[in-house]
Amino acid sequence: MNARLVSEFRSIVGDAGLVSGPEQLRTYECDGLTLFRVVPDLVLLPATSQEVQAIVKVCHRERIPMVARGSGTGLSGGALPVKGGVVIGVSRMNRILEVDIPNARVVVEPGVTNSAITAAVSPHGYFYAPDPSSQVVCTVAGNVAENSGGAHCFKYGVTTTYILGLEVVLSDGSLLRLGGTSLDQPGYDLVGAFVGSEGTFGIITKITLRVIKKPETTQTLMAAFNSSSEAGAAVSAIIASGMFPAALEIMDRLALEAAEAAVHPNYPNCQALLLVELDGSTREVELLMEKVGPICQSCGAWELRLAKTEAERMAVWKGRKAAFAAVGRISPNYLVQDGVIPRTALPRVLGEIDRLSAEKSLRVANVFHAGDGNLHPLVLYDRRIAGQEERAMELAEDILRLCVEAGGSITGEHGIGEEKKQFMPVMFSAADLDAMQRLRSAFDPFDLCNPTKMFPGTDAKVQRPVAYEPHPIEIAGLAQRY
Amino acid sequence: MSQAQVQNNEAWIELSAIVGPEHLRPATPEDAVEAVQPIGVIAPGTAQEVAQVLHYCNSAGLTIIPRGGGTQLGLGNRLSKADFVLSLERLDRVIEHAWGDMTVTVEAGCTIDKLQGVLREHGQQLGADPMQPERATVGGVLATAESGTLRIRYGAIRDLVLGVEMALPDGSVIKAGGKVVKNVAGYDLTKLAIGSLGTLGVITRAVFRLHPIPVATASYVATLPTAAEASKLVLAILDSHLVYTGLQIHARRADQVFVHVRFEGIPESLQDQYAKLGRIAGACKFVECAREVWSERQKLFVNPGSSVICKCCVLPSQIGSLCDALFRQAAPAEVAVTLVAQGTGLAEVRLDAAGRQPLMTVLHALRSEVDRLEGTMTVSQCPVAMKDELDVWGTVKDVLPLMQRIKQKFDPGQTLNPGRFVGGI
Ligand SMILES: Cc1cc2nc3c(=O)[nH]c(=O)nc-3n(C[C@H](O)[C@H](O)[C@H](O)COP(=O)(O)OP(=O)(O)OC[C@H]3O[C@@H](n4cnc5c(N)ncnc54)[C@H](O)[C@@H]3O)c2cc1C
Ligand SMILES: Cc1cc2nc3c(=O)[nH]c(=O)nc-3n(C[C@H](O)[C@H](O)[C@H](O)COP(=O)(O)OP(=O)(O)OC[C@H]3O[C@@H](n4cnc5c(N)ncnc54)[C@H](O)[C@@H]3O)c2cc1C
Repeated sequence: MNARLVSEFRSIVGDAGLVSGPEQLRTYECDGLTLFRVVPDLVLLPATSQEVQAIVKVCHRERIPMVARGSGTGLSGGALPVKGGVVIGVSRMNRILEVDIPNARVVVEPGVTNSAITAAVSPHGYFYAPDPSSQVVCTVAGNVAENSGGAHCFKYGVTTTYILGLEVVLSDGSLLRLGGTSLDQPGYDLVGAFVGSEGTFGIITKITLRVIKKPETTQTLMAAFNSSSEAGAAVSAIIASGMFPAALEIMDRLALEAAEAAVHPNYPNCQALLLVELDGSTREVELLMEKVGPICQSCGAWELRLAKTEAERMAVWKGRKAAFAAVGRISPNYLVQDGVIPRTALPRVLGEIDRLSAEKSLRVANVFHAGDGNLHPLVLYDRRIAGQEERAMELAEDILRLCVEAGGSITGEHGIGEEKKQFMPVMFSAADLDAMQRLRSAFDPFDLCNPTKMFPGTDAKVQRPVAYEPHPIEIAGLAQRY
Repeated sequence: MSQAQVQNNEAWIELSAIVGPEHLRPATPEDAVEAVQPIGVIAPGTAQEVAQVLHYCNSAGLTIIPRGGGTQLGLGNRLSKADFVLSLERLDRVIEHAWGDMTVTVEAGCTIDKLQGVLREHGQQLGADPMQPERATVGGVLATAESGTLRIRYGAIRDLVLGVEMALPDGSVIKAGGKVVKNVAGYDLTKLAIGSLGTLGVITRAVFRLHPIPVATASYVATLPTAAEASKLVLAILDSHLVYTGLQIHARRADQVFVHVRFEGIPESLQDQYAKLGRIAGACKFVECAREVWSERQKLFVNPGSSVICKCCVLPSQIGSLCDALFRQAAPAEVAVTLVAQGTGLAEVRLDAAGRQPLMTVLHALRSEVDRLEGTMTVSQCPVAMKDELDVWGTVKDVLPLMQRIKQKFDPGQTLNPGRFVGGI
């Protein structure tokens, strides 16, 4: 980037807000999907909305592409820099601006972390519901851009349900307030459209969100089964009985082995474990929990354990969350997918995954949000053995196609980003994609915000799902992948 | 134009070729939309036919008014032109109730009652109770983003929709979202469609996520002497662990304000909740009441006459002061007020008066109070002539150009509901 522009940017953000050294720039070359790397020309770390606006105006004038970045924990390459572009990191804009408990609203700057919100309201008995397991590090802006989920979205919904208002800077430098603090602003639901747009509509500079009251009681039941299909049948039976659990999670044999190796949660030694979490009023939770056990037993559960205290529950969840990253203990390499299927298709799709796995002679571990039908199949392989990586990638791709054929989606929470853009035509028709492009061009007519992401470009070479490598924060022990 | 002229007209011939002559008929006075008389009523049988009709009208410069149950066609700015009413009456099937997945795929012309009836067979429901369910359709409810009193528990209608199919003026049929409860592939065009008042495309199909029908329901009422006290009680309930599925303030007088609460669940838990409610309410006593209290909203719209009905969106903590301001302004102007406010901060207000001037006075006062509270106010219903002196949507300020760009991208020819939405979109 030419020196005149660099100094113009420096005059906006100051020395503290400008990263231009080749070594420091490397820190920003990728997000959680470490296999794609592009070194940005310049990284800018503005401290205020006005600074963001000033940066964007320069980029607009010079037609420089911009990539917004939160904490860089994204798993689809969303924050991957674009060649010849700048990265606008919002990590310095990390103040909680307003906490309004009576109205259960919080106003934050974009770089505030997900857990900081819950921390701010938890003394009042409230929490911020969407809970990605990266929540200690990931930013609210990243959550909004990806429409992130978590373990409890079966009952509580994903990020979009909780966002009321956004202050954004569009690619022409205009600063707009979308939505508001009260519900139902007249006109199109611009906030709803913006959430999940993966940084392609503009830069988020302020967020108004809703928090909710913590339930009076929460209980978690573990049920041991002889197969994932039996556990899956129990999930359907629980739901058919009219209950609405806060979480329904299944781990298969391989995932259990991995969790056991990593954190010794002392789960029942079984082929498939189901976790059922109920929350709400104490009386109701207690009465309903009495029914959950027999339902599980009627589907084949041979052991039930109830975690009643907070400490017992934490131990159960620790194992569940560890299962994902712990797969590294039983396999040198693995691929992560994020497909979603209608819940009733679980037994069939799981059977099909087993078949594909046998066909390719590769093991697939399964840890999934059974209530949502959100699978996280982990394809295990060893890169050192010739041909295995190739086969693993084919298998991961087959699994995604299987999800779409079953009426599902190629991503439930990790986003399209760079990684899955070539799969968009598998899910959407040309007309669907065209409608999305129209919306994009209404927000960003010059295609300056995170261009090249989300949609298969004309020049896009077909990319395969890419191998997973532990994210630095995972190695640091701050988060486990879910 | 005489009937014969109409039917020999080129547009008529083209359109009847698309849907079949039996599904295109001349419009009658009952089909008028706010006194604007359309030429005909067309009822396509598939999404593709809807798209073809839109495409033809778009290229021929004809305007289309989508119609579901026709209960809400007065919503929005005054209509200038209506060539054809596009009725969704033939797209009225429940396509698939995947009860094991707790989802349903339904065509846009299906009424809410019919849909709920099908879902009930498996003990499930759409967690929304829009008004006039016997006539209101899925498409109309989505186009107006109407949810009702259950919103405080199940969320707005936008939170219950997993996907939509929509026909666009360029003749394409698009699908947004999907059938699964978690899905972040691509932009969330469903959110754009919901609440867009049929100005971007015609919704032809929707997929909803469902909830179980609760075993038992009980409703309670408390009577308070001031809006401030009622509002305080509502805030205390909002801040409690109670699991309510309805929370509403209803008032016709400043000195007699009702608070309604609804609990749903298993019978044992309802008793428990009621006992806790008693402790929160302290001196003001809650007594069980009929579930009809949840129709107070709908009752606002009965026999509209020359009344004005508006929707004010404020914060939950502001309901008391909104209510006070309203009664203070209305009394001297001799305007009768009925207010039904949800715990979410959405208040619907009906104003009745002998002449138009007192109504305008109170409306202006109400709007400036809502502006002061940084909320919004829209007029859902008023005598048509009043729309000439009143912006029913209020101002949308700096986001209007962006909304206009979106309209321009989807309906550049202004084929759909022209002029009715915010800022004349
Ligand atoms: C260990 C681990 C566990 C995870 N667990 C989960 C999980 O349980 N559920 C889940 O949903 N995800 C999970 N993720 C994925 C990731 O954490 C989420 O997608 C998160 O929301 C990303 O936030 P971030 O701040 O790191 O954003 P980044 O990765 O920096 O950016 C993500 C996207 O947001 C855009 N963006 C960032 N800031 C802005 C802004 N200010 N304005 C506009 N766009 C912006 C970027 O351009 C990019 O497209 C996990 C990731 C890891 C590494
Ligand atoms: C007198 C009265 C007043 C009401 N006031 C309100 C109110 O203020 N706010 C509120 O939210 N609800 C209100 N309702 C509730 C109303 O019953 C439903 O919310 C719903 O809007 C009506 O559905 P419908 O099928 O009758 O729609 P219609 O009245 O047929 O259509 C309503 C609007 O949606 C458009 N539309 C209809 N179908 C489609 C489609 N498939 N695709 C695209 N656009 C479509 C129409 O062009 C029209 O602009 C009111 C009901 C009544 C009877």
